[in-house]
Amino acid sequence: MRYVTPRKAAVGLGASHTGTEHHWWMTVSSAALALLTPSFLMVMGTALQLPERADILLYFTRPYPAIVVAIFMTLGMMHFIKGSRIMIDDYLEHTARKVAIIGFSIFGWAVIAFTLFALARIQLAFAQAI
Amino acid sequence: MVEFSLPKNSKIRVGKTWPKPEGATNLRKFKIYRWDPDTGENPRLDTYFVDMDRCGPMVLDALIKIKSEIDPTLSFRRSCREGICGSCAMNIDGGNHLACIYGMDEIDGDVNIYPLPHMAVVKDLIPDLTHFYAQHASIKPYLITHSPEPGKEWKQSIEDRKKLDGLYECIMCASCSTSCPSYWWNGDKYLGPATLLAAYRWIIDSRDEATPERLDDLEDPFKLYRCHTIMNCTNTCPKGLNPAKAIAEIKHMLVDRIV
Repeated sequence: MRYVTPRKAAVGLGASHTGTEHHWWMTVSSAALALLTPSFLMVMGTALQLPERADILLYFTRPYPAIVVAIFMTLGMMHFIKGSRIMIDDYLEHTARKVAIIGFSIFGWAVIAFTLFALARIQLAFAQAI
Repeated sequence: MVEFSLPKNSKIRVGKTWPKPEGATNLRKFKIYRWDPDTGENPRLDTYFVDMDRCGPMVLDALIKIKSEIDPTLSFRRSCREGICGSCAMNIDGGNHLACIYGMDEIDGDVNIYPLPHMAVVKDLIPDLTHFYAQHASIKPYLITHSPEPGKEWKQSIEDRKKLDGLYECIMCASCSTSCPSYWWNGDKYLGPATLLAAYRWIIDSRDEATPERLDDLEDPFKLYRCHTIMNCTNTCPKGLNPAKAIAEIKHMLVDRIV
Protein backbone atom coordinates (compact mmCIF):
# COMPACT_ATOMS: atom_id res chain seq x y z
CA MET A 1 0.00 0.00 0.00
CA ARG A 2 1.45 3.36 -1.02
CA TYR A 3 0.05 6.54 0.46
CA VAL A 4 0.78 8.92 -2.41
CA THR A 5 -1.52 11.36 -4.09
CA PRO A 6 -2.80 10.47 -7.59
CA ARG A 7 -0.81 13.40 -8.98
CA LYS A 8 2.46 12.14 -7.47
CA ALA A 9 1.76 8.65 -8.82
CA ALA A 10 1.08 10.10 -12.27
CA VAL A 11 4.20 12.29 -12.36
CA GLY A 12 6.45 9.54 -10.95
CA LEU A 13 10.13 10.39 -11.28
CA GLY A 14 9.46 12.80 -14.15
CA ALA A 15 10.68 12.69 -17.73
CA SER A 16 14.14 11.29 -18.51
CA HIS A 17 14.51 13.63 -21.53
CA THR A 18 15.62 10.65 -23.62
CA GLY A 19 14.01 8.47 -26.23
CA THR A 20 14.05 10.74 -29.27
CA GLU A 21 17.57 9.69 -30.30
CA HIS A 22 16.49 6.05 -29.96
CA HIS A 23 13.30 6.69 -31.97
CA TRP A 24 15.23 8.48 -34.73
CA TRP A 25 17.94 5.81 -34.83
CA MET A 26 15.33 3.07 -35.20
CA THR A 27 13.68 5.00 -38.04
CA VAL A 28 16.96 5.54 -39.89
CA SER A 29 18.24 1.98 -39.37
CA SER A 30 14.86 0.58 -40.52
CA ALA A 31 15.12 2.52 -43.77
CA ALA A 32 18.76 1.48 -44.25
CA LEU A 33 17.95 -2.19 -43.59
CA ALA A 34 15.01 -2.07 -45.99
CA LEU A 35 17.43 -0.92 -48.70
CA LEU A 36 20.18 -3.39 -47.71
CA THR A 37 18.01 -6.50 -47.37
CA PRO A 38 17.67 -7.27 -51.12
CA SER A 39 21.45 -7.03 -51.57
CA PHE A 40 22.04 -9.26 -48.54
CA LEU A 41 19.56 -11.87 -49.79
CA MET A 42 21.17 -11.84 -53.24
CA VAL A 43 24.64 -12.31 -51.75
CA MET A 44 23.52 -15.13 -49.46
CA GLY A 45 21.47 -16.74 -52.26
CA THR A 46 24.47 -16.69 -54.56
CA ALA A 47 26.74 -18.13 -51.84
CA LEU A 48 24.34 -20.95 -51.00
CA GLN A 49 24.16 -21.99 -54.66
CA LEU A 50 27.90 -22.63 -54.84
CA PRO A 51 28.79 -26.34 -54.82
CA GLU A 52 31.86 -26.50 -52.57
CA ARG A 53 32.74 -24.94 -49.21
CA ALA A 54 35.97 -23.61 -50.74
CA ASP A 55 33.95 -21.80 -53.43
CA ILE A 56 31.81 -20.15 -50.78
CA LEU A 57 34.87 -18.99 -48.84
CA LEU A 58 36.39 -17.67 -52.04
CA TYR A 59 33.14 -15.84 -52.82
CA PHE A 60 33.31 -14.00 -49.49
CA THR A 61 36.83 -12.80 -50.22
CA ARG A 62 35.33 -10.52 -52.87
CA PRO A 63 34.76 -6.96 -51.64
CA TYR A 64 31.04 -6.66 -52.50
CA PRO A 65 29.71 -9.77 -50.69
CA ALA A 66 32.00 -9.22 -47.70
CA ILE A 67 31.05 -5.56 -47.30
CA VAL A 68 27.31 -6.20 -47.76
CA VAL A 69 27.35 -8.97 -45.14
CA ALA A 70 29.47 -6.92 -42.72
CA ILE A 71 27.26 -3.84 -42.97
CA PHE A 72 23.98 -5.79 -42.92
CA MET A 73 24.90 -7.91 -39.92
CA THR A 74 26.36 -4.99 -37.95
CA LEU A 75 23.46 -2.67 -38.67
CA GLY A 76 20.92 -5.47 -38.31
CA MET A 77 22.18 -6.57 -34.92
CA MET A 78 22.45 -2.98 -33.66
CA HIS A 79 18.84 -2.56 -34.81
CA PHE A 80 18.03 -5.79 -32.97
CA ILE A 81 19.67 -4.62 -29.74
CA LYS A 82 17.83 -1.29 -29.76
CA GLY A 83 14.59 -2.84 -31.01
CA SER A 84 14.63 -5.56 -28.37
CA ARG A 85 14.84 -2.80 -25.76
CA ILE A 86 11.37 -1.65 -26.82
CA MET A 87 9.99 -5.16 -26.37
CA ILE A 88 11.78 -5.63 -23.04
CA ASP A 89 10.44 -2.31 -21.73
CA ASP A 90 6.94 -3.40 -22.73
CA TYR A 91 6.94 -6.83 -21.15
CA LEU A 92 9.43 -6.91 -18.28
CA GLU A 93 10.15 -4.77 -15.25
CA HIS A 94 12.58 -4.34 -12.35
CA THR A 95 15.52 -6.77 -12.28
CA ALA A 96 14.18 -8.94 -15.11
CA ARG A 97 14.19 -5.87 -17.36
CA LYS A 98 17.79 -5.00 -16.51
CA VAL A 99 18.99 -8.59 -16.95
CA ALA A 100 17.19 -8.89 -20.30
CA ILE A 101 18.69 -5.63 -21.58
CA ILE A 102 22.19 -6.84 -20.66
CA GLY A 103 21.54 -10.32 -22.13
CA PHE A 104 20.17 -9.08 -25.46
CA SER A 105 23.01 -6.54 -25.76
CA ILE A 106 25.67 -9.21 -25.16
CA PHE A 107 24.01 -11.54 -27.68
CA GLY A 108 23.75 -8.81 -30.33
CA TRP A 109 27.33 -7.62 -29.98
CA ALA A 110 28.57 -11.23 -29.90
CA VAL A 111 26.87 -11.93 -33.25
CA ILE A 112 28.46 -8.77 -34.71
CA ALA A 113 31.88 -9.80 -33.36
CA PHE A 114 31.59 -13.37 -34.72
CA THR A 115 30.47 -12.09 -38.15
CA LEU A 116 33.29 -9.59 -38.48
CA PHE A 117 35.82 -12.09 -37.11
CA ALA A 118 34.67 -14.75 -39.60
CA LEU A 119 34.89 -12.34 -42.53
CA ALA A 120 38.34 -11.14 -41.41
CA ARG A 121 39.52 -14.72 -41.00
CA ILE A 122 38.38 -15.61 -44.52
CA GLN A 123 40.19 -12.57 -45.91
CA LEU A 124 43.40 -13.36 -43.99
CA ALA A 125 43.34 -17.03 -44.99
CA PHE A 126 42.89 -16.00 -48.60
CA ALA A 127 45.73 -13.45 -48.34
CA GLN A 128 48.05 -16.10 -46.87
CA ALA A 129 47.14 -18.58 -49.62
CA ILE A 130 48.14 -16.29 -52.50
CA MET B 1 3.57 -4.92 -16.64
CA VAL B 2 2.03 -7.55 -18.88
CA GLU B 3 -0.53 -9.87 -17.32
CA PHE B 4 -1.67 -12.76 -19.48
CA SER B 5 -4.26 -14.11 -17.07
CA LEU B 6 -6.65 -12.62 -14.57
CA PRO B 7 -5.83 -12.77 -10.86
CA LYS B 8 -7.87 -15.37 -8.94
CA ASN B 9 -10.18 -12.79 -7.43
CA SER B 10 -10.90 -11.21 -10.83
CA LYS B 11 -12.00 -14.34 -12.67
CA ILE B 12 -15.53 -13.90 -13.94
CA ARG B 13 -18.08 -16.56 -13.02
CA VAL B 14 -21.57 -17.17 -14.34
CA GLY B 15 -24.06 -14.92 -12.61
CA LYS B 16 -27.78 -14.68 -12.20
CA THR B 17 -30.21 -14.98 -15.11
CA TRP B 18 -33.01 -12.54 -14.53
CA PRO B 19 -36.56 -13.52 -15.60
CA LYS B 20 -37.86 -12.51 -19.00
CA PRO B 21 -40.43 -9.73 -19.06
CA GLU B 22 -43.95 -11.15 -19.33
CA GLY B 23 -45.74 -10.90 -22.66
CA ALA B 24 -42.71 -9.55 -24.52
CA THR B 25 -42.15 -10.93 -28.03
CA ASN B 26 -39.11 -8.93 -29.16
CA LEU B 27 -36.49 -9.83 -26.57
CA ARG B 28 -32.78 -9.00 -26.54
CA LYS B 29 -30.30 -10.76 -24.28
CA PHE B 30 -27.81 -8.67 -22.30
CA LYS B 31 -24.82 -10.15 -20.49
CA ILE B 32 -23.48 -7.57 -18.08
CA TYR B 33 -20.37 -7.59 -15.87
CA ARG B 34 -21.25 -7.25 -12.22
CA TRP B 35 -18.92 -6.75 -9.28
CA ASP B 36 -19.64 -5.42 -5.85
CA PRO B 37 -16.59 -4.72 -3.65
CA ASP B 38 -18.72 -5.03 -0.50
CA THR B 39 -19.54 -8.70 -1.05
CA GLY B 40 -15.95 -9.89 -1.43
CA GLU B 41 -17.07 -12.23 -4.22
CA ASN B 42 -15.59 -12.62 -7.69
CA PRO B 43 -17.12 -10.69 -10.59
CA ARG B 44 -20.00 -12.37 -12.42
CA LEU B 45 -21.87 -12.04 -15.69
CA ASP B 46 -25.58 -11.45 -15.12
CA THR B 47 -28.05 -12.12 -17.92
CA TYR B 48 -30.98 -9.79 -18.55
CA PHE B 49 -33.73 -9.81 -21.16
CA VAL B 50 -35.04 -6.50 -22.45
CA ASP B 51 -38.25 -5.98 -24.39
CA MET B 52 -36.98 -4.10 -27.45
CA ASP B 53 -40.50 -2.92 -28.37
CA ARG B 54 -40.51 -0.85 -25.18
CA CYS B 55 -36.89 0.35 -25.19
CA GLY B 56 -34.94 3.15 -26.88
CA PRO B 57 -32.42 2.35 -29.62
CA MET B 58 -29.17 2.97 -27.74
CA VAL B 59 -27.29 0.67 -25.37
CA LEU B 60 -27.67 3.26 -22.61
CA ASP B 61 -31.45 3.15 -23.06
CA ALA B 62 -31.35 -0.57 -22.34
CA LEU B 63 -29.06 -0.11 -19.31
CA ILE B 64 -31.38 2.53 -17.87
CA LYS B 65 -34.38 0.26 -18.52
CA ILE B 66 -32.63 -2.64 -16.77
CA LYS B 67 -31.77 -0.44 -13.78
CA SER B 68 -35.29 1.06 -13.63
CA GLU B 69 -37.36 -2.06 -14.19
CA ILE B 70 -35.29 -5.18 -13.52
CA ASP B 71 -32.28 -4.68 -11.25
CA PRO B 72 -31.82 -1.35 -9.41
CA THR B 73 -28.43 -2.50 -8.03
CA LEU B 74 -26.79 -2.28 -11.48
CA SER B 75 -24.27 0.60 -11.38
CA PHE B 76 -22.95 2.63 -14.29
CA ARG B 77 -22.05 6.24 -15.03
CA ARG B 78 -24.19 8.35 -17.35
CA SER B 79 -25.06 11.98 -17.67
CA CYS B 80 -25.65 13.85 -20.94
CA ARG B 81 -27.05 10.99 -23.08
CA GLU B 82 -25.71 12.66 -26.24
CA GLY B 83 -21.99 11.84 -26.45
CA ILE B 84 -20.71 15.03 -24.87
CA CYS B 85 -19.80 14.15 -21.29
CA GLY B 86 -18.00 10.83 -21.84
CA SER B 87 -19.39 9.33 -18.63
CA CYS B 88 -20.93 6.20 -20.13
CA ALA B 89 -17.79 4.87 -21.86
CA MET B 90 -17.72 1.10 -21.49
CA ASN B 91 -16.74 -2.04 -23.36
CA ILE B 92 -19.68 -3.08 -25.50
CA ASP B 93 -19.54 -6.04 -27.84
CA GLY B 94 -15.74 -6.18 -27.53
CA GLY B 95 -15.04 -2.52 -28.29
CA ASN B 96 -14.95 0.65 -26.22
CA HIS B 97 -17.95 2.86 -26.96
CA LEU B 98 -20.14 5.51 -25.41
CA ALA B 99 -23.30 3.62 -24.47
CA CYS B 100 -25.44 6.68 -25.18
CA ILE B 101 -24.52 6.95 -28.85
CA TYR B 102 -23.91 3.28 -29.63
CA GLY B 103 -26.98 1.79 -31.25
CA MET B 104 -28.08 -1.74 -30.48
CA ASP B 105 -28.69 -2.26 -34.20
CA GLU B 106 -24.88 -2.15 -34.60
CA ILE B 107 -24.54 -5.33 -32.52
CA ASP B 108 -25.19 -8.85 -33.76
CA GLY B 109 -26.62 -11.33 -31.26
CA ASP B 110 -26.32 -10.93 -27.50
CA VAL B 111 -25.12 -7.63 -26.07
CA ASN B 112 -22.05 -8.15 -23.88
CA ILE B 113 -21.15 -5.22 -21.65
CA TYR B 114 -18.03 -4.88 -19.51
CA PRO B 115 -16.31 -1.92 -17.85
CA LEU B 116 -13.44 -0.22 -19.71
CA PRO B 117 -10.64 -2.80 -20.02
CA HIS B 118 -7.66 -3.10 -17.72
CA MET B 119 -8.82 -0.47 -15.25
CA ALA B 120 -9.53 -1.04 -11.58
CA VAL B 121 -13.28 -1.35 -11.09
CA VAL B 122 -15.14 0.70 -8.50
CA LYS B 123 -18.39 -1.22 -8.99
CA ASP B 124 -20.09 -3.01 -11.89
CA LEU B 125 -19.48 -0.89 -15.03
CA ILE B 126 -17.72 1.97 -13.22
CA PRO B 127 -13.94 2.08 -13.74
CA ASP B 128 -11.58 3.96 -11.44
CA LEU B 129 -10.28 6.86 -13.55
CA THR B 130 -8.30 8.58 -10.77
CA HIS B 131 -4.89 7.83 -12.33
CA PHE B 132 -6.16 8.69 -15.80
CA TYR B 133 -7.34 12.13 -14.65
CA ALA B 134 -4.13 12.71 -12.66
CA GLN B 135 -2.10 11.96 -15.81
CA HIS B 136 -4.21 14.47 -17.71
CA ALA B 137 -3.63 17.09 -14.99
CA SER B 138 0.13 16.40 -15.10
CA ILE B 139 0.48 17.72 -18.65
CA LYS B 140 -0.83 21.12 -17.52
CA PRO B 141 -3.89 21.27 -19.77
CA TYR B 142 -4.21 25.03 -19.79
CA LEU B 143 -2.68 28.04 -21.54
CA ILE B 144 0.78 28.96 -20.21
CA THR B 145 2.25 32.33 -21.18
CA HIS B 146 5.33 34.31 -20.14
CA SER B 147 4.74 37.54 -22.07
CA PRO B 148 2.84 40.39 -20.40
CA GLU B 149 -0.87 39.88 -20.79
CA PRO B 150 -2.32 41.82 -23.71
CA GLY B 151 -4.94 44.48 -23.05
CA LYS B 152 -7.85 42.55 -24.51
CA GLU B 153 -7.07 38.95 -25.43
CA TRP B 154 -4.42 36.54 -26.73
CA LYS B 155 -4.93 36.77 -30.46
CA GLN B 156 -4.98 33.76 -32.76
CA SER B 157 -5.25 33.63 -36.53
CA ILE B 158 -7.98 31.62 -38.21
CA GLU B 159 -5.31 29.26 -39.63
CA ASP B 160 -3.78 28.65 -36.19
CA ARG B 161 -7.20 28.11 -34.66
CA LYS B 162 -7.91 25.48 -37.31
CA LYS B 163 -4.93 23.48 -36.04
CA LEU B 164 -6.89 22.79 -32.86
CA ASP B 165 -9.72 21.10 -34.75
CA GLY B 166 -9.70 17.38 -34.12
CA LEU B 167 -7.97 17.97 -30.78
CA TYR B 168 -10.15 20.21 -28.62
CA GLU B 169 -13.19 17.96 -29.12
CA CYS B 170 -11.77 15.23 -26.85
CA ILE B 171 -14.22 14.53 -24.02
CA MET B 172 -11.78 12.46 -21.91
CA CYS B 173 -14.01 9.38 -21.94
CA ALA B 174 -10.89 7.15 -21.70
CA SER B 175 -12.09 4.85 -24.49
CA CYS B 176 -8.84 5.31 -26.41
CA SER B 177 -6.43 4.91 -23.51
CA THR B 178 -8.18 1.78 -22.25
CA SER B 179 -8.11 0.21 -25.71
CA CYS B 180 -4.33 0.66 -25.97
CA PRO B 181 -2.23 -2.42 -25.12
CA SER B 182 0.72 -0.20 -24.21
CA TYR B 183 -1.51 1.59 -21.71
CA TRP B 184 -2.68 -1.76 -20.34
CA TRP B 185 0.89 -2.94 -19.77
CA ASN B 186 2.54 0.30 -18.69
CA GLY B 187 -0.31 2.62 -17.75
CA ASP B 188 1.48 3.62 -14.56
CA LYS B 189 4.11 5.49 -16.61
CA TYR B 190 2.80 5.74 -20.19
CA LEU B 191 0.51 8.75 -20.50
CA GLY B 192 -1.79 7.08 -23.01
CA PRO B 193 -3.46 8.45 -26.14
CA ALA B 194 -6.06 10.68 -24.47
CA THR B 195 -3.51 12.55 -22.36
CA LEU B 196 -1.03 12.81 -25.23
CA LEU B 197 -3.73 14.16 -27.54
CA ALA B 198 -4.52 16.78 -24.89
CA ALA B 199 -0.80 17.54 -24.55
CA TYR B 200 -0.49 18.07 -28.31
CA ARG B 201 -3.56 20.32 -28.24
CA TRP B 202 -1.60 22.73 -25.99
CA ILE B 203 1.75 22.24 -27.76
CA ILE B 204 0.24 23.24 -31.10
CA ASP B 205 -1.75 26.16 -29.68
CA SER B 206 -0.15 29.30 -31.17
CA ARG B 207 -0.93 31.30 -27.99
CA ASP B 208 0.86 28.92 -25.64
CA GLU B 209 4.45 29.87 -24.77
CA ALA B 210 5.48 26.72 -22.91
CA THR B 211 6.09 24.52 -25.96
CA PRO B 212 9.75 23.70 -25.09
CA GLU B 213 8.88 22.82 -21.49
CA ARG B 214 5.91 20.74 -22.62
CA LEU B 215 8.10 18.81 -25.08
CA ASP B 216 10.78 18.35 -22.41
CA ASP B 217 8.21 16.90 -20.04
CA LEU B 218 7.01 14.41 -22.65
CA GLU B 219 10.42 13.22 -23.89
CA ASP B 220 10.66 9.92 -22.10
CA PRO B 221 10.75 6.27 -23.22
CA PHE B 222 7.71 5.52 -21.09
CA LYS B 223 5.61 8.69 -21.01
CA LEU B 224 5.58 9.06 -24.82
CA TYR B 225 7.55 6.38 -26.62
CA ARG B 226 5.45 3.45 -25.37
CA CYS B 227 3.19 4.35 -28.30
CA HIS B 228 3.87 1.74 -30.99
CA THR B 229 1.29 3.10 -33.44
CA ILE B 230 -1.08 0.21 -32.78
CA MET B 231 -3.94 2.59 -33.72
CA ASN B 232 -6.55 1.04 -31.42
CA CYS B 233 -7.05 4.55 -30.03
CA THR B 234 -8.01 6.02 -33.39
CA ASN B 235 -10.09 2.99 -34.22
CA THR B 236 -12.16 3.23 -31.05
CA CYS B 237 -12.51 6.99 -30.46
CA PRO B 238 -16.28 7.62 -30.24
CA LYS B 239 -15.74 11.23 -31.33
CA GLY B 240 -13.83 10.21 -34.47
CA LEU B 241 -10.57 11.84 -33.35
CA ASN B 242 -7.08 10.64 -34.20
CA PRO B 243 -4.89 10.41 -31.08
CA ALA B 244 -2.29 8.30 -32.94
CA LYS B 245 -1.70 11.18 -35.36
CA ALA B 246 -1.34 13.64 -32.48
CA ILE B 247 1.27 11.37 -30.86
CA ALA B 248 3.10 11.05 -34.19
CA GLU B 249 3.14 14.87 -34.47
CA ILE B 250 4.70 15.14 -31.00
CA LYS B 251 7.38 12.63 -32.05
CA HIS B 252 8.00 14.67 -35.23
CA MET B 253 8.48 17.83 -33.18
CA LEU B 254 10.93 16.09 -30.86
CA VAL B 255 12.90 14.73 -33.84
CA ASP B 256 12.92 18.22 -35.37
CA ARG B 257 14.75 19.43 -32.26
CA ILE B 258 17.70 17.06 -32.87
CA VAL B 259 17.83 16.61 -36.66
